[in-house]
Amino acid sequence: MSKGLHVVQGKDQRPSSLTIRGLTVSYGADPAVFSVDLDVYPDTMTAIIGPNGAGKSTMLKAAMGIIPRLSGQIQVLSRPLEEQRSAIAYVPQRASIDWDFPATVQDVVMMGLYPKLGLLGRINANHKAQVTSALDRVGMLDFAKRQIGQLSGGQQQRVFLARALVQDAQVYLLDEPFAGVDAATEKAIITVLHDLRSTGKTVVVVHHDLATVIDYFDQVILINKSIIAAGPTQDVFTTENLQLAYGGRLAATQLDVVGL
Amino acid sequence: MLWQSLTLQLGYNATLVSFGVTLLGIAAGLAGTYLYLRKNSLVSDAISHATLPGLVIAFLVMVAFGGDGRLLVGLLTGATLSAALGLYCVSLLTRKTRLSQDAAIGAVLSTFFSFGVVLLTFIQALPIGHQAGLQNFLLGSTAGMLWNDAMVITGLALAVTLVLIVFRRPMRLVAFDASYAQALGYRVGAIDAVILGVTLTVTVIGMSVVGLILIVALLIIPTVAARFWSEKSDVIFTLSGIFGGASGYIGAALSGFAPNLPAGPIIVLVAFVIFVISFLLAPERGVLAATLRFWSFQTRVHLTQGLLALAQDRPIYEPKTRRLLQRSGYIRADGVATDDGREQAFKTLQNERRWSFWKQHLEGDVLSADTSMVHSLIDIESRLTADQIAEIDNALLNEATS
Repeated sequence: MSKGLHVVQGKDQRPSSLTIRGLTVSYGADPAVFSVDLDVYPDTMTAIIGPNGAGKSTMLKAAMGIIPRLSGQIQVLSRPLEEQRSAIAYVPQRASIDWDFPATVQDVVMMGLYPKLGLLGRINANHKAQVTSALDRVGMLDFAKRQIGQLSGGQQQRVFLARALVQDAQVYLLDEPFAGVDAATEKAIITVLHDLRSTGKTVVVVHHDLATVIDYFDQVILINKSIIAAGPTQDVFTTENLQLAYGGRLAATQLDVVGL
Repeated sequence: MLWQSLTLQLGYNATLVSFGVTLLGIAAGLAGTYLYLRKNSLVSDAISHATLPGLVIAFLVMVAFGGDGRLLVGLLTGATLSAALGLYCVSLLTRKTRLSQDAAIGAVLSTFFSFGVVLLTFIQALPIGHQAGLQNFLLGSTAGMLWNDAMVITGLALAVTLVLIVFRRPMRLVAFDASYAQALGYRVGAIDAVILGVTLTVTVIGMSVVGLILIVALLIIPTVAARFWSEKSDVIFTLSGIFGGASGYIGAALSGFAPNLPAGPIIVLVAFVIFVISFLLAPERGVLAATLRFWSFQTRVHLTQGLLALAQDRPIYEPKTRRLLQRSGYIRADGVATDDGREQAFKTLQNERRWSFWKQHLEGDVLSADTSMVHSLIDIESRLTADQIAEIDNALLNEATS
């Protein structure tokens, strides 16, 4: 386990792109996330894994300032989160959206450009080209004029990814992007995420499917309210660590599927 | 007379009223859009009912200081303060207790309104003048509108419209996906406050015309009517303003034509007529279009099923299918296929085979295809190129011979 924590201890010499210090989130007296310290580095792709209710999404939301922190500091590219909003992009879970909302696919992707557009800035050809290119990257260009409710779950997820892409950020945080999507979508999303990594971006994904962790991610953060282990996949994604995180809930047969 | 009323030929005062009420309708329609998109429409009901105590107290204060008591600006200030207090109570109840927002709204709305009615009844007995005029705020009145009143309404309606246009992007974002807005660095609380502030303003200026009981209708009905016509929030926003303005304009004209009727209910009924037209006739989401679409789809399903059965010499049990096949000239009354029927049946089966081959072997190549649709109902020639179909046919032929 000490090996797995080397990222937190800062042996990596590069400046981290996302730094979390002493993060605790609590709704009542029982913290959902407790005392988390983390560093995530450029050109990596990190999976946040852990059992249900382990605080994976909560940690991500707190890191984005979407839910209040009880304590803790967040830095993006070595500066406070509030000054670095444009450098970080977030892909929320699909569940929280009203899909009958009157907006087309391209309207939704355009929302990623609102901070750049400001209140009254006009949408010009350049902005439209960015939307088109993002939709093309996720294979949704043919659907640009559809109302968002007319898409399948996987297609909706790809639209959300396109919306994050137009932000042209350095750090991408995704909350369960593979939950309930079809195989074609999973392939499309993972291709885009690997592209992002290879162009020096930082990608952090809340992930639930242990079977694909080794294939998709080079870094793993194992969490169950507190960090169990964090670091390169081969060091952290071990039977012992998984059992520490999941307790008795992970049967031996499941570990077989995972490939350990 | 009605025509003169509609074309603003009933004199200076009637024209003034029409102008003010139209602007109010536009502002209400526009403000209502974001309230509706934020799923917060009922808040306007809480606001309007919570104005009443403030209204009466403002009247009493103005009389106590030797004033007229009917000064519109004074009354509206009192109404605003008391509505703001009501809103604060709703927000307090929702945040500090486990009450849901609708319950909090119900509790605050009825309490404030009751208190207002008690005060209103109480001052009727006082030996001061003009208190009867306050009753007009319940159901609205345009008859007594003065130049100054019209100017107050016009100014505020313009201000509301301007604010809504300036903040349309953040408001749309917060309404669609508040956590994403937060992640982009927008202050969701502040945007919500803008939406509420605008609603409060429209409600307060609207209640002198439409009445505080009905102003909520002018905020909600134009928007839900506009929702039938478009899937784009920009278009809904604009349409809602137009519908609101038209309701105000026509309503004011009608009540100018029949001055004994209260203005508020007439304006709301005009808005309702616009709603009914939208509900029935809107091209995509309207009830008529949906029904026709359903019938046509149902017919297509029956015909396809029937033709497939014919092609494969299976019996057709469903009476409706037989009836539709016969009406289309595909089978005779005794159930035997006509020449036309046999030809169509062959085509339908061919379409089915081509699609199932495409599904098995080629579908995965096209990422952006609709993977979930039932292809039997779609003519493959309308989706794939002639070359692609020829390729499929060749492959099918090879499969059959080998």
